[in-house]
Amino acid sequence: MSGKSAQDSYNFNSQQNQVIIKKKYCRFKKHNIKYIDYKDSNFLLKFMNEQGKILPGRITGTSDKYQRKVGTAIKRARFMAILPYVADGLK
Amino acid sequence: MSLVNYESAIILTPVLSEAQMQEAVKSYRQLVAEHGGVMVGETNWGLTKLAYPIKKKSTGFYHFFEFQANSDFQALLETAYSRDERVLRFLNLKLDKHAVVYNERKRKGEIAPAKKYESKEGGSSI
Repeated sequence: MSGKSAQDSYNFNSQQNQVIIKKKYCRFKKHNIKYIDYKDSNFLLKFMNEQGKILPGRITGTSDKYQRKVGTAIKRARFMAILPYVADGLK
Repeated sequence: MSLVNYESAIILTPVLSEAQMQEAVKSYRQLVAEHGGVMVGETNWGLTKLAYPIKKKSTGFYHFFEFQANSDFQALLETAYSRDERVLRFLNLKLDKHAVVYNERKRKGEIAPAKKYESKEGGSSI
């Protein structure tokens, strides 16, 4: 019965395998933010990655309604040259 | 007609002197007043760096108007902006009730004024 292959001895639920899943929450619902200003570029940078792309809602945890508002705010900021369309090392 | 809340953002070419810039802004302020609009507030970022060059210029004067006007004033404002060669780029928005409350609180100082982020790399990366 010792035909244990490496595959069997792998314990999926062992401590180091469990990624600590941080409970994501929508910051707009929590802090009751209703309007996202396209001029506030420091705040919008939180929703963009290094290259200036908009982060998806599943990563930032924002709900769909506010993710759309963030999207339009970022696009307006890009149009008004407050944020770049393409950047490297934005943060 | 009932007045609607609008916000208008313009970027003026950096070639202008301070006086010319003030004069351009004043002409739009009068345009709003002439057509029965009420100027609620203005913010001016002055000469700031653009995130990317527009019409071969990498800096510009940012100016934001917040006003109440009739609904037909918007088209008139756009033609005025597009005809004026001092304006590099403009953006006219209709403000919903949350935006008006936000701007009101910002004027009262409850919210810090929005400062443009300073990109780290020196020249504008194309």
